[in-house]
Amino acid sequence: MSRNHLTFLRNGQIVQLESVRPNETLLDYLRLREGSKGTKEGCNEGDCGACTVAIGRLKDGELIYEPVNSCIQLLGQIDGKDVVTVDDLASDGELHPVQQAMVDFHGSQCGFCTPGIVMSLFTLYHAGIDADRSAINDWLSGNLCRCTGYRPIADSALAVVDGEAKDALANRKAATRKALKSISSDKDLFLGDKERFFAAPASIKQLAKLYRTHSDATILSGGTDVGLWITKQLRDLPKIIHTGRAKDFAQIKKVSGALKIGAGATYSDAYDALAAIDPDIGEVLRRLGSRQVRASGTIGGNIANGSPIGDMPPLLIALDSQLELLMGKKSRSLPLEEFFLDYGKQDRAAGELVSAITVPKLKRNQHFRAYKISKRYDQDITSVLGAFRFTISKSKIADARIAYGGMAATPKRGRAVEEALIGIEPANEEDVVAAVNRLADDFQPIADMRASAEYRLKVAENILKKSLLEIAAGSADASRIENPRRLAKVD
Amino acid sequence: MANRHSNIAEQMAVGKALAHDSAKMHVCGNAPYIDDINEPSGIVHLAPGLSPKAKGKITRIDLDAVRDAPGVLRVLTAADIPGKNECGPSFGGDPILADGEVLFHGQVIFAVVAETRDQARRAARLGRIEISEIRPAVTVEDGLKEGGEVLPKYEFNRGDLQDAMANAPLTMDSSIVIGGQEHFYLEGQISMAIPGESGEIKVFCSTQHPSEVQHLVAGMLDQPEAKVICECRRMGGGFGGKESQAAQWACLAALASRVTGRPAKMRLDRDDDMVATGKRHDFTADWKAGYDEKGVIEAVDVNFYGRCGYSPDLSLGVNDRTMFHADNSYYYPAVRIHSKRVKTDTVSNTAFRGFGGPQGMVFSERLMDEIAIKLNEDPLTIRKRNFYRRGRDVTPYGMVVKDNILKALVSELERTSDYQNRRRQIAEFNSKNKWLKKGISLNPVKFGIAFTLKFLNQAGALVHVYADGSIQVNHGGTEMGQGLYMKVAQVVAEEFGVDISKVRITATTTDKVPNTTPTAASSGSDLNGMAAQRAAQKIRGRMAQLAATLYQGDAKKVRFSNGKVYVGNHEIEFGSLAKQCFHERIQLSATGFYATPNITWERESVTGNPFLYFAYGASCSEVTIDCLTGEMKIDRVDILHDCGSSLNPAIDIGQIEGGFVQGAGWLTTEELVYDDEGRLRTHAPSTYKIPTATDVPEDFKVELWASKGNRQPTIYRSKAVGEPPVMLANSVFSAIYHAIASINPGKLPELDAPATPETILRSVERMADG
Repeated sequence: MSRNHLTFLRNGQIVQLESVRPNETLLDYLRLREGSKGTKEGCNEGDCGACTVAIGRLKDGELIYEPVNSCIQLLGQIDGKDVVTVDDLASDGELHPVQQAMVDFHGSQCGFCTPGIVMSLFTLYHAGIDADRSAINDWLSGNLCRCTGYRPIADSALAVVDGEAKDALANRKAATRKALKSISSDKDLFLGDKERFFAAPASIKQLAKLYRTHSDATILSGGTDVGLWITKQLRDLPKIIHTGRAKDFAQIKKVSGALKIGAGATYSDAYDALAAIDPDIGEVLRRLGSRQVRASGTIGGNIANGSPIGDMPPLLIALDSQLELLMGKKSRSLPLEEFFLDYGKQDRAAGELVSAITVPKLKRNQHFRAYKISKRYDQDITSVLGAFRFTISKSKIADARIAYGGMAATPKRGRAVEEALIGIEPANEEDVVAAVNRLADDFQPIADMRASAEYRLKVAENILKKSLLEIAAGSADASRIENPRRLAKVD
Repeated sequence: MANRHSNIAEQMAVGKALAHDSAKMHVCGNAPYIDDINEPSGIVHLAPGLSPKAKGKITRIDLDAVRDAPGVLRVLTAADIPGKNECGPSFGGDPILADGEVLFHGQVIFAVVAETRDQARRAARLGRIEISEIRPAVTVEDGLKEGGEVLPKYEFNRGDLQDAMANAPLTMDSSIVIGGQEHFYLEGQISMAIPGESGEIKVFCSTQHPSEVQHLVAGMLDQPEAKVICECRRMGGGFGGKESQAAQWACLAALASRVTGRPAKMRLDRDDDMVATGKRHDFTADWKAGYDEKGVIEAVDVNFYGRCGYSPDLSLGVNDRTMFHADNSYYYPAVRIHSKRVKTDTVSNTAFRGFGGPQGMVFSERLMDEIAIKLNEDPLTIRKRNFYRRGRDVTPYGMVVKDNILKALVSELERTSDYQNRRRQIAEFNSKNKWLKKGISLNPVKFGIAFTLKFLNQAGALVHVYADGSIQVNHGGTEMGQGLYMKVAQVVAEEFGVDISKVRITATTTDKVPNTTPTAASSGSDLNGMAAQRAAQKIRGRMAQLAATLYQGDAKKVRFSNGKVYVGNHEIEFGSLAKQCFHERIQLSATGFYATPNITWERESVTGNPFLYFAYGASCSEVTIDCLTGEMKIDRVDILHDCGSSLNPAIDIGQIEGGFVQGAGWLTTEELVYDDEGRLRTHAPSTYKIPTATDVPEDFKVELWASKGNRQPTIYRSKAVGEPPVMLANSVFSAIYHAIASINPGKLPELDAPATPETILRSVERMADG
């Protein structure tokens, strides 16, 4: 039996909703149904953060709060969660420490982005870290402020975020945990009828089964892209299957020499494991979207949607990852690069789910580099992303996997350049340049609002050249403005 | 005295770093913006139907599917407008709804009125519009080729330019393309109209110019202005984007309200907002300059080609202000500044913080940088040599610069920023690094304060003291986050000697203070602060008279302080005196009016003073660029800015920091991309990138210049601060230029704005090419 109502927490109270439109967003629910006007709509596409709310959930038994963009979060996604909005923070006329700091440091001017900023800082306040400026910047990367220039906001955070949360929500943590446990359920969620529904199966098995039955349904795995189909393209998606309640769909496991990441794992959940492979992966992940996007968006979603500018595919292709797909009970696997057939076309049958990705770790003689190029450093969609894995033997390149995003209709390997790189020494600049020049054989990129074709090709060449310069030098210090490798003590 | 020097120690409210009036509400999310106001029952919602083409005759409009869509009540077209189909300021030419032809991609052709906003949005996409398309002029270059101009050319001239240029020891030609900018106020355009009795209508509008909205709505409805009220309590950001651009949505909401008889709300989706409303003008500038071996300018001949879009809108003032700031802080002995207001088939560009001034200064700063590189000199030295000073103090438009503090201010910043040492360290860094290059630059700003359109320099205020001693203040200025309401409240609190909490700030509304001018040109507190002070002084004078009578004192010696009123040895609570005034039938309400003095500008003859005074500042920025990718990071920024005697240092520092970051965004990551068909491709934050927290350096110091006060008798001798800081970001653009220049010393880099990674890499590659 499945459950036919949505259950979540608001201000310590359990809320049950039976009437939920499949495409209803959390923001519309808050503003139009609940009448809570504190949360603002700035862009309606998850880029400005004015609509940020905090979502509490139990992770390994611990209560954590993560920021999400409520404008592109579907209401059904909050099942079993605690929803905290800016309207909830002040109690008895007393401001939350984050709110008080924002007042004391003059952190608001027009005030429209402020509710979202307060909520992002609220999640930082509860993150258990003594935040420095770079952590604060990271937490704010999904919140645009057009008035202040951010300095007073950062100062507010510096003043109150010390790793220890002392607020009303911290005080009632045990009760919240208990309430969340009480509303957690192993039952599948099915809201609506078989023509129009929002479904959230509780297991992979049920997920695969339901999708096989309704192969015309839309798989919602985070919603940081699907949300925009609804809010911007105004598409009517009558059948939605949400993957977020299938716990076994989001597991991250170590298997021999590799990681196996469930397709439903969010970027945030997968961050530590992936960043441990190489700090460049961590930095790309840190710059992917924002805290809000990474708390919702999933590794599997980034692959399955087939975008040529998704950041995960080139990284994972360079690492020689294997993709797993599931159709009903039948599973198959293939090298990730073979999944992407053409623009908007993937090797995925109707009713077939992307279920997991297996990512080999680096061997001792393998060097990895990744560079994300975008107009703005944080929270921007990639113009070009290059991810390279070199296997070096006797100071010569024995094997190279060169993958790019933003350079073709799909994430793609540069086979000609890979071949040209074999046998050369990274320190031999002349050979490197000759090999790098072969990129033009592999890629004929397009021009769009993010970059011209010429720039794409040039910068693709230059980052490949840069990777080999760095490997030859044994350091990236002389060639990186921001050097995540230095912080990670990896050359 | 109205215009005494400020003395913070003796002041109760003025000069204090008080928080924004709504700060506590902002952080709790309970400061209502228009979309948060409880909707009246029966409200209807609008969504616009936008033109899919940039230019051409509308040959067919098929709106049947729109009308048949669920929830749709009406579809509005130009034929439904009872009065004028016009929402443009001054010159006009901006149809509320397209009539017969389309003028740009994204122009509103029809508007759907439906029961819900979602229904309206969905229905708006069902219109079938056929247009016999004409190839649009999209860029400045296209516009120049077509030859269209929205307004006549304008020019400043001084001296025998030809002669001076011919006699200059050195000359150079150069040019630059300067991109536009989207305002990206976080709260998009919104209006809500509520019908009243016998044709009255009240419009809540997120606008910097409620009076103009009132007038345009009245004109559209063919009703007297007296029947229309426009109210705005706060905007979620304006930046110039809600000066003239807010009226169209107010007109449409009012029209929907008129035809349905129901309240109506129009809130634009972000993408529609970015496509359908004007932006900062992009420019091409080219010039020839003559100078001597020391880098001192002898002659400047510069042409500015501003892309105005399809109509004049505010382009006269914007392009004029570009010309007024083409000199920035420098004396040009012989000069010709020429401006062409280029017509294109794109959205009509509009006001944006700085109002053309920033584009003018990008030119002056590039000129200085190029001379410095040519002469292998410190650019700061070249700048200083060209500063206005005694005997060299007349601007190209004839105004004498009398309040110049740049020499001292720049020297101070040069010292506190450790400019010279860092310049040396950077030279050394650059000599040792091939792939990363650094640049540093210290740039001045001199910005003229006043509306250059003389009649706009006026303001009104209305102050009430209630019988319990509480005070209500209202004025013509609008609150868009800049803290104007607080500053004016501080002025009023000071006048009555009461705590700021006693002063109730109320929404700007045209039925309290009529015939107001836009909150723009940085002049909000200069104008409204003064008007409010005058209103308060009238009431204070009456109260003092009564107090003097009651206690046999001298009315002139009555003091208002600490919530009390002192007459000789007597003291009385302010509230008690207010009550006594009421009982003695003394009027406790007054209006105040202010018209800025000494604005003598005559545009036709290019004579007189367009400005009351100048605001000054300087900034020093250091950047690092990556020569392989073009990526850039701002490492450190030091700013010293002149606010005169600040009315509120916290608010002023907020304006400086925010303005600087907004300017830095304009010059680096914010790129408006149009395609050949005139479609804006960057119409959402996913593609249009304003700065995030990471783009702002951790090492960011902002200081206020220790001023003795504005030399002009402004409100408490303060200075306007809204716009000038935008131009402080020129130091970032110059620093990038010098980082690139270091690759090949002596060669002039080519670098247009914005300096995106792509633009920087292209420039770097050209340097390496020899």
